[in-house]
Amino acid sequence: MTPMPMTSMPLMEVKNLTKRFGGLAAVNDVTFAVAEGEILSVIGPNGAGKSTLFKLASSFLAATSGKVFFKGEDITSQSPHIAARKGIVRTFQETTIFRNMTALDNVVVAHHLRSRASLPGFFFGTKTAREDEGRFRESASEILDYLGLGDVKDMVASTLPHGHLRALGIAIGMAAEPQLLLLDEPFAGMNSEETAQAIRMVRGIRDRGVTIILVEHDMSAVMNISDRIVVLNFGKKIAEGTPAEIQNDEVVIEAYLGREDESEDRTCTLKP
Amino acid sequence: MAKVKTALGASLFLLVYLVLIPWLFRDQPYRLGVLTTASVLSLISAGVWLMFYIGRINMGQGGFALVGGYAAAILVSKLGLSFWVALIGAGFITVVISILVGLPLLRLKGVYFSMITLSLTETARLAAQSLSSLTNGTKGILNLPLPGAVEIAGFTLIPDFASVDKHFAFYFLGAFLTILGFAALYRVVNSRLGWLFRSLQQNEDLASSFGVDVPRLRVIALAICALFAGIGGAFFVTMQQSVYPATFTFQDSTYFLLYCFLGGLGSVWGAFVGTFVLFLSFEMLQGLNQYQPLIYSLIMIGMMLWLPNGLLSIKPPFFGPGEPKKEEARP
Repeated sequence: MTPMPMTSMPLMEVKNLTKRFGGLAAVNDVTFAVAEGEILSVIGPNGAGKSTLFKLASSFLAATSGKVFFKGEDITSQSPHIAARKGIVRTFQETTIFRNMTALDNVVVAHHLRSRASLPGFFFGTKTAREDEGRFRESASEILDYLGLGDVKDMVASTLPHGHLRALGIAIGMAAEPQLLLLDEPFAGMNSEETAQAIRMVRGIRDRGVTIILVEHDMSAVMNISDRIVVLNFGKKIAEGTPAEIQNDEVVIEAYLGREDESEDRTCTLKP
Repeated sequence: MAKVKTALGASLFLLVYLVLIPWLFRDQPYRLGVLTTASVLSLISAGVWLMFYIGRINMGQGGFALVGGYAAAILVSKLGLSFWVALIGAGFITVVISILVGLPLLRLKGVYFSMITLSLTETARLAAQSLSSLTNGTKGILNLPLPGAVEIAGFTLIPDFASVDKHFAFYFLGAFLTILGFAALYRVVNSRLGWLFRSLQQNEDLASSFGVDVPRLRVIALAICALFAGIGGAFFVTMQQSVYPATFTFQDSTYFLLYCFLGGLGSVWGAFVGTFVLFLSFEMLQGLNQYQPLIYSLIMIGMMLWLPNGLLSIKPPFFGPGEPKKEEARP
């Protein structure tokens, strides 16, 4: 059994999760848990099954076998919008945003779960529906300010620079008031200064009470930000632990660097 | 200020549409009939426009219109119901069929959805041909009665169409339904529903990530689309007083697309403007009728090359003062 560092019930628990694409097991019998308030990273070499695991956890893919529990409730293979309603919200890689809307409108739309009006209520523009829109606009402004997008909130999203787009993606996720936020490569393509800023941002979100699972390639950022790390290779979990434990794990080093004995090389890749 | 402008534009449009046009064509029943047809075709096109709005190209609208037409004709001729009940019944039946068809089909995206809806019109036509106990097969259902009077507590709300000038009566009924349809469409687009539909158009995965029930919304959009087709089809059939399997064909389905393209997909009024401009200009060029598909295709290609956002994207609104100032529709 995997040692669990927490005593209370974990926020999300993944048990023996398997996803097969034809004969290939992209995720193979993976088990781990994330505690409330944690930042958990999932890493692994290319093709290790990180993205598949990410989609399984956020209900964007149906599992072949195994279970995903959220607050003790079985949520395996639900529709993505059901997962979102329960408090599990994912972000997307790169530029998955509503390109033709302004940054503010992107976030206002994403407040959908907080709407109290029904669909006919929207249509007839009831008082509740109108009040909601006003509240959403305020809340969206606040989120954008918090993520440093206050100055560009009225710009059409497709015209925003790259770094802002990533933050906007996270702002959209925040709008749904998640309890668990899954971030898909939040630091990809960033320089070290941008990464440092993004790390502060993600920590800030966690400090607001949001638990975070992230999938990431940038090893120094992962070592810096994570409370715990899960390492995948060929669809299997090969290690789990704190950044310090992972950096010194022989199996992990082997997975990343191959079976070789030049210890200087491995340290420069895995250490921050 | 913007509100005053909108109200002014809308009232000017209504004045032209409901007073000036019927007055101008009071002695030309044929032309009035053509304008009535343009109204109802624009209503049917508005459904296609809404499907564009959620990012789906619906090439089966002719099929839904045919369902609406037959539903009304059967309800009136076989069950002896009044036209008014049949009109609502036709809308209802079309919506139910669209939901049953839409639940599986709407999972398809892009060109796959278009291809499968393309076959819907043919399916509807073949069904109309072969279910002859219900539809009279290729002979069609003829001699449909004109709409009767609607009376509430002895007060005549709508007169019997046979007792008045039926061309006027149909014009006003068509205009009323069209105004109602476009007003509803305007509300949809300018409420949170519009935001949700736009979010579906741009990225369904992203929308579902923050809790939008994407499959449900897609079906709702298709149901609204089919409602417009069903009501429009029922009205058209009643105006013609007959329905055949070829009343709405595959060609009509593609014309509905073209009307939307021509008017513009960014503005609610796109389908209305597109239908009136194209349908009326063709009526004026009767001699070109045999080349209609060719010319329509050329217009379609030309639009995509030079005016991808439709006529309404041209800045000076030269469609006459009748056209309400379009909202800068956020595409």
